Amino acid sequence: MEHIRMPKVENVRLLDRLSSRRAVVGTLYLTATHVIFVENGSETRKETWVLHSQISSIEKQATTATGCPLLIRCKNFQVIQLVIPQERDCHDVYISLIRLARPVKYEELYCFSFNPKLDKEEREQGWKLVDLNEEYNRMGVPNSYWQISDVNRDYGVCDSYPTEVYVPKSATAHIIVGSSKFRSRRRFPALSYYCKGNNASICRSSQPLSGFSARCLEDEQMLQAIRKANPGSDFLYVVDTRPKLNAMANRAAGKGYENEDNYSNIKFQFIGIENIHVMRNSLQKMLEVCELKSPSMSDFLWGLENSGWLKHIKAIMDAGIFIAKAVAEEGVSVLVHCSDGWDRTAQVCSVASLLLDPYYRTMKGFMVLIEKDWVSFGHKFNHRYGNLDGDPKEISPVIDQFIECVWQLMEQFPCAFEFNERFLIHIQHHIYSCQFGNFLCNSQKERRELKIKERTYSLWAHLWKNRADYLNPLYRSDHSQSQGTLHPQIAPCNFLYKFWSGMYNRFEKGLHPRQSVTDYLMAVKEETQQLEEELEVLQERLANLQKSQSGNNKVKSKQQDRSKQFGLYTSNSSLANTPQEYSNDLKSFPSRSPSQGDEDSALILTQDNLKSSDPDLSANSDQESGVEDLSCRSSSGGGCLPSEDSGKDSDEAVFLAG
Amino acid sequence: LLRSSQPLTGHNRRRCPEDEKILGTILDEGERGFIIDTRSAQAAKQARMSGGGTEPKSAYPQWRRIHRALERGRPLQESFIRLVEACSDPSLSMDRWLARLDSSRWLSHVKAALSTACLAAQCLDREDSKVLVHGAEGTDTTLLVTALAQLILDPWCRSLQGFQGLLEREWIQAGHPFQLRCARSASSHARGKQEAPLFLLFLDCVWQLSRQFPFSLEFGEELLLTLFDNAYASAYGTFLCNNEKERSLCKVKESTHSLWAWLNQPEERHKYLNPLYSHNPLVIWPSVEPQSIQLWQGLFLRWIRPSQHLEEARGQIHRLVEGN
Repeated sequence: MEHIRMPKVENVRLLDRLSSRRAVVGTLYLTATHVIFVENGSETRKETWVLHSQISSIEKQATTATGCPLLIRCKNFQVIQLVIPQERDCHDVYISLIRLARPVKYEELYCFSFNPKLDKEEREQGWKLVDLNEEYNRMGVPNSYWQISDVNRDYGVCDSYPTEVYVPKSATAHIIVGSSKFRSRRRFPALSYYCKGNNASICRSSQPLSGFSARCLEDEQMLQAIRKANPGSDFLYVVDTRPKLNAMANRAAGKGYENEDNYSNIKFQFIGIENIHVMRNSLQKMLEVCELKSPSMSDFLWGLENSGWLKHIKAIMDAGIFIAKAVAEEGVSVLVHCSDGWDRTAQVCSVASLLLDPYYRTMKGFMVLIEKDWVSFGHKFNHRYGNLDGDPKEISPVIDQFIECVWQLMEQFPCAFEFNERFLIHIQHHIYSCQFGNFLCNSQKERRELKIKERTYSLWAHLWKNRADYLNPLYRSDHSQSQGTLHPQIAPCNFLYKFWSGMYNRFEKGLHPRQSVTDYLMAVKEETQQLEEELEVLQERLANLQKSQSGNNKVKSKQQDRSKQFGLYTSNSSLANTPQEYSNDLKSFPSRSPSQGDEDSALILTQDNLKSSDPDLSANSDQESGVEDLSCRSSSGGGCLPSEDSGKDSDEAVFLAG
Repeated sequence: LLRSSQPLTGHNRRRCPEDEKILGTILDEGERGFIIDTRSAQAAKQARMSGGGTEPKSAYPQWRRIHRALERGRPLQESFIRLVEACSDPSLSMDRWLARLDSSRWLSHVKAALSTACLAAQCLDREDSKVLVHGAEGTDTTLLVTALAQLILDPWCRSLQGFQGLLEREWIQAGHPFQLRCARSASSHARGKQEAPLFLLFLDCVWQLSRQFPFSLEFGEELLLTLFDNAYASAYGTFLCNNEKERSLCKVKESTHSLWAWLNQPEERHKYLNPLYSHNPLVIWPSVEPQSIQLWQGLFLRWIRPSQHLEEARGQIHRLVEGN
């Protein structure tokens, strides 16, 4: 709290991105964990909550007649524009936020004060939800080819790796240690995915310290061991996910890539994915396009192309596809690395796994995938996503790109994933929010030192609890799409990559279809299920009644709270969606409400019905009043449901007739 | 909502009392109306040289004119051709794809058409004003705007039956020259001077609406694709000729079958219905931000992208809704 110069400022205006006309006046609060804007309305005290961890940059703009503007850009792509009446106050807020958004100690982060009111056991259970040992067992290891190694049990071999890694049976501790000395950051080759169908595997590591001519017997033996662990193939792919030029440049620094001459039976392949700096700039450029005021179609397409973002997404996807094909179709094992083996390697291994194994397309499986290839293998969450104040050159949207790859796949294969877009968006949100402890620090070692599991809560448990919101109604586990390997097209399919406005324009409600087809279909599915259950109950009753002629049968009915179920949709239909300004060049969006704050923070703090935290959909613009009709239809059906009052024979009569 | 063609003011600044009277009586005392001219101000002015022009303020004092330049004719056809070529070029890298998409300008035309239709709808719905729409001939961009505006405003036009009525009224009977416009499509080398994909542009805009309002249209993409096909080549006489006069002379009604009759047969009809449809009595205002306007993959990539996964998804949606 000592960093907060001004905890409260009144008469602050929150501007809509495009229309300065549609500004809301309210009060700004600064707390230890959030910035909060509360509207001055009499009925709706609409609140916008922003976690400090989410703040990416703060810009103080030139004072105008109306006040001093402050622009807050968030890591989840929310952009908040405030106008503070007094320049002095604005400056104080600015200085406070600068400090609050750049914590120095982990203890300053929200996850250490966040309290979802669970007891110690529930917290523990939450952390146990994802168990990697279970996962490796599910894959089929350890077995005659693969074993678990505890050579890294005290992080003595590699401090960014987990304590337990899976290695080929013939890889002795000596070989592992030797190989680790020949790898950047000592990240030796370890198992990421094992395909029990054909023994092919995906292993990951960092670049070898080969320079121009250095060799290492143990490293060569390590690769040989990996190859031998797959008796069905006589060679091993080694995939370097860097552009060839970069890899070659690394040789001058004593690093580099595997020489096919030195390693027996490997086929070496470059798949050029650019580095973290290029990706950071790419995202930056794309966000600039999103911030354009009333862009033309050309401005947008040109800007998107100029950023190169979709090109990078496709590059990652293509790499994943190559590896998935090698494993599934050729039955060949693959060793993947980049420079340090914690960015592009993680992206590519997890995309490949997703394509190969339908388990990772389930909700639980996806959580496991992230735990395995990102969390356990030491992806540097702190450095990449700025938990703490650090080197801005380390910041890069690495996991964001992976998450987008998943979304692009979901668009191409709508029935293949158990979860929906909202699941992905919320995961991304929480990677930056630091509300949960999963994505803190740079390695398992650091997390254990901080005792994360004893002091914070797991995101997975939170998402799992709310999993009904994250389901994809089109998913069927027996579906052809969800069985086995997914085969996205590689060749002419550039056009299949779309701009993800659900993520990058997440808070601009005016851009999105007013009502979610996913939510509607989920509601339909649930209702069908309920009706089927009721039907069963009724059939039982009928059978019972037919058996016994006399006596009152207490009616066991399910009290459906239809209105609660459709709470999302029974919004005020008199609020039709409002038009943009079509008449002049300065388009404004009266239909866009000021960005609603962190949906999830609203969820946590007001333990109400989750639905109420989605107020924008309803309050803003209920265009699709259609679902109101559905609920009307159902309530007329529901009206036939008997109440607990069994005494009324007339109800029963209605039922028997119906 | 009214439509016409351009007034023949010419460089002499001719006046026509009858025309002024019509437009005068439409408006009440003190009421203002809007004229949406689908040509740029400059193009409209130049039209005077060839005998056309715009409504002079002095003669039509209660009407306020707004220009919204919409592409038509040869440039629109070029735009269409460029897009189709970009879609079918397998050698394109990701970057160049976006550049080609942009340089075709097709999506810009979609955006402009939707914006103009929304403008017209806004004048009617929000300003309570009457609107007159015209371009040059009143047979192309005019119809695009009036038809789209009605879809935006009127829920009946969004029903399957209402939509057919809209097409019949605003495109066929209004005299859009289908025979001239929809002769060869994008791949032919014999590029007719009158060829222009206005009707396709309209269908694309309707598709954008269906994407933004997935519950509000009673019909789906399948209908739009069928209409596209039939406008160019059809077993039915509905889209033949250029206007009612020609159809009458060619005895179309006596010698051909109607597409509508076929579509409305029960066994056909259900294929074109949108399972998510739920009557929406409200006005639907689309977003015309670039992010909201997407490439109509179902049409432009129809023969290029694999459709099985999307069909499976569609089937699943049907099953879910019908199961309920």
